[in-house]
Amino acid sequence: MNLNALWEYANPLKFMRTTERVLPYVTALAVVFFVGGLVWGFFFTPDDYRQGSTVKIFYIHVPAAMMAINIWAMMLITSLVWIVRRHHVSALAARAAAPIGATMTLIALITGAIWGQPMWGTWWAWDPRLTSFLILFLFYLGYMALWAAIENDDTAADLTSVLCLVGSVFAILSRYAVNFWNQGLHQGASLSLDKEENVADVFWYPALVCIAGFMLLFVALVIIRTNTEIRARRMRALLARERLGA
Amino acid sequence: MPELGKYAEAVLSSYAISLGLIAVLIVASIIRSRRVKAQLEEVETRRKPNGQV
Repeated sequence: MNLNALWEYANPLKFMRTTERVLPYVTALAVVFFVGGLVWGFFFTPDDYRQGSTVKIFYIHVPAAMMAINIWAMMLITSLVWIVRRHHVSALAARAAAPIGATMTLIALITGAIWGQPMWGTWWAWDPRLTSFLILFLFYLGYMALWAAIENDDTAADLTSVLCLVGSVFAILSRYAVNFWNQGLHQGASLSLDKEENVADVFWYPALVCIAGFMLLFVALVIIRTNTEIRARRMRALLARERLGA
Repeated sequence: MPELGKYAEAVLSSYAISLGLIAVLIVASIIRSRRVKAQLEEVETRRKPNGQV
């Protein structure tokens, strides 16, 4: 496989043509996995012997929390591509992904609090993982605000890329806080490639379908939103030329 | 509907809030996409001399 061919997608037209061709298929798969996983988890799985029916929150909380971190990782990669190779599509893809990541982080925080109240006896604790997730959410908000505050697209891309690099520390902390500090209320990973640490299969399989559904939903949304950002950038450029009388 | 017992409120509110937030995100993304597409078409048409296609 020729990896250099990937750089062809730095051309906005090529990127939009290709992604708009695959979008209907990605959307259809996202609907099937997202709806299928949640229906399976909500209606067709038993209660946990300790957590009761609150175990059903797991099918939303875990995929949302995974996506919160993974979306920041995707933004980090595309920001690095912008810094090194100055491809506008990559900077715009990072911008397009941020609101999706912020929503996923907010869902993870809210569902975690709702689950924590009956299970831990509190909505919130200043636990390492919870705190690093809250800071990650604030980084998402700061990232979006910075894009909105700067008029020049290239300057905005430069500054938000640096912010993304800094925020990556908290994305990593959110993922590994439980291992680093080994304290607080939040348990370790519920899903792992090491079978001995995994939850029972009856919970594990629908969770995998939900995770696939959340990932596919992200891909579909990020395609729509990146193409919107590409069009919006072109429109700003044309209007600027009009103002200059060109 | 599965029997959710004493945790029904917690489970249902988790699903309702999460699905609501995701629905808002999807709808907002589609609306902005359509609006920007229409605005760009309008600007591009305006810039073409003598209605040239």
